[in-house]
Amino acid sequence: MSAVVDQQPPGSPGWISQHGLSAVDTARLAQLDAAEHDPRVFSVEGDLADFGGMAFKERYPRRFFDMGIAEANLIGAAAGLAMRGKVPCVNTFGAFALMRACEQVRVDVAYHHSNVKIFGSFTGLASGFSGPTHHCIEDLAIARVLPGMTVLAPADAVAAYHLGRAAIEHDGPTYMRFGMDVTPQVHDEHASFRLDKGLVLREGSDVAVIAAGLTPVAAALEAADLLAEQGVRARVVDMHTIKPLDEDLVEESAQIAGLVLTVEEHSRIGGLGSAVAEVLCERRPTPLRILGVPDRFATELSDHEGHLRRCGLDAAGIASAALAALREVDAT
Amino acid sequence: MTLDVSNLAVDTELPERARSLRRHVVRLTADSSGAHLGGSMSSVEILTALFFGGVLRVDPRDPESEGRDYLIYSKGHASASLYAVLAERGFFPVEELETYKQPGSRLAGHPSKEVPGVELATGSLGHGLPVGVGLALAGKHDRSDYRVFVVLGDGECQEGSVWEAAMCAAHYGLDNLCAIVDRNGIQEDGPTEEIMALEPFADKWRSFGWEVAEIDGHDLGQVTDALHRVPHRDRRPTAIIARTQKGHGVSFAAGMTAWHYGQLTPQQREQALGELDADAESSA
Repeated sequence: MSAVVDQQPPGSPGWISQHGLSAVDTARLAQLDAAEHDPRVFSVEGDLADFGGMAFKERYPRRFFDMGIAEANLIGAAAGLAMRGKVPCVNTFGAFALMRACEQVRVDVAYHHSNVKIFGSFTGLASGFSGPTHHCIEDLAIARVLPGMTVLAPADAVAAYHLGRAAIEHDGPTYMRFGMDVTPQVHDEHASFRLDKGLVLREGSDVAVIAAGLTPVAAALEAADLLAEQGVRARVVDMHTIKPLDEDLVEESAQIAGLVLTVEEHSRIGGLGSAVAEVLCERRPTPLRILGVPDRFATELSDHEGHLRRCGLDAAGIASAALAALREVDAT
Repeated sequence: MTLDVSNLAVDTELPERARSLRRHVVRLTADSSGAHLGGSMSSVEILTALFFGGVLRVDPRDPESEGRDYLIYSKGHASASLYAVLAERGFFPVEELETYKQPGSRLAGHPSKEVPGVELATGSLGHGLPVGVGLALAGKHDRSDYRVFVVLGDGECQEGSVWEAAMCAAHYGLDNLCAIVDRNGIQEDGPTEEIMALEPFADKWRSFGWEVAEIDGHDLGQVTDALHRVPHRDRRPTAIIARTQKGHGVSFAAGMTAWHYGQLTPQQREQALGELDADAESSA
């Protein structure tokens, strides 16, 4: 993060060689670049600023507040800053923002439609060996149910940058989740993002795979390759905005494929899959399979990749779930 | 800028204003399905001093005016006295008080942003001081001279978020922030010292780095004086612990846990209003 004004287009090879492919870093870069042009942008921290936040502190020390390990005050104070027209970017682990300080997010942020941007890192199973206290598989369900909350799950570091900028420009409370690791690149410099529009990454008419987040979208694309080897054409959608959901794209995908799979690094309850199910039930009843983390704490010690494999959220797991679903649908 | 203060005489006009607020609280508690009478009565002098004692720089005709002082009423359950003072100060018509907790009214049991003069919707306890910290940080950043007053219940100070904010306010030297604790000593289930002891209460605030004043929260002279002197010390937040009585001003409710929340019968309504009238006559 050296250049203040980046000459390289985000997602280009030059930009990636400079900034890398960790969404934690590029979400920070989005805040830093936004702050350059917009004096309303503040960085508000919960003693986790050393995860990429020090550049902001060095460049804009008067707009940087570390609130220590006290998330209720962190969120409440951010809402207070927003009451004065600031755009506070709260950076902490997603679990702490949305669960430790859930009621502050509900009352001070959502109820007041405060212009607070919550950047939640270490979500899903990204914390791997850290164990269930640091796994965060409930945040989408919580964020999604709060009225007026925009909920984002970028598919890669490029999307994290663009969606981070869009979140800051958007007027209203926003939650963006991401992990911690370097993850595969999905989008290049030609990708463009709108907060209410999902992206079709690959066309196909046998099954529609609607995915969201850092590992699921890349895995879904890889699964589509595996399925193609079996003669199955999968449509792959990056549903980066969980709320407001691009309902038309959900319905269109269901219509084209007649079978929908959702993939998320989140509990099978309450996240992307539930959101898609709500739309399909009401608008176009279609067979649906929800791939996510089972409804229990992931107590097995494992790295991130191992957890994903165990939950069937890697490419092989997604492909075999798609084939099984196709067989079941054909049999009925 | 039309920001100004309303500065009534402490010895004559303010007591009558406080009685007027109490009459409203009695009516709201009797004429609706019920209200938090005890905590509304205990905070009357605090609100009277803030809005009529030459403290808050606000403009009732332009509640969002730039540069105003902020009042965060964190003990939102005691909304009856807040609505009463906002109406009397001219933020909305006094007649609107009759709509309290009626269908279609802006005046809910817990105050919302729909009500002119309400800066923060409160009701869930422990929210006001953190938000006040954010407002005060913004004021320091902008080098603006507005002040942020947060009225807290004493039972509310059992919430951990209050102490998170207290630590933070002292850390950042927020002398533009003032917490006023309505120390009426009673919470829903009984006396605070029996339910969850707060004492030594002033020492707690001092040890968190606040400048503390302990006053009689029903003595308008003491309350206005303490509020006028904010900040009590440079680069430190001010805590004013106002010792009050729950249900103050109504004999059968004063100091009674049972009147934390309730509805007055028509007879109780008349008795309470009669007592306030008698008080006015004896002070005249």
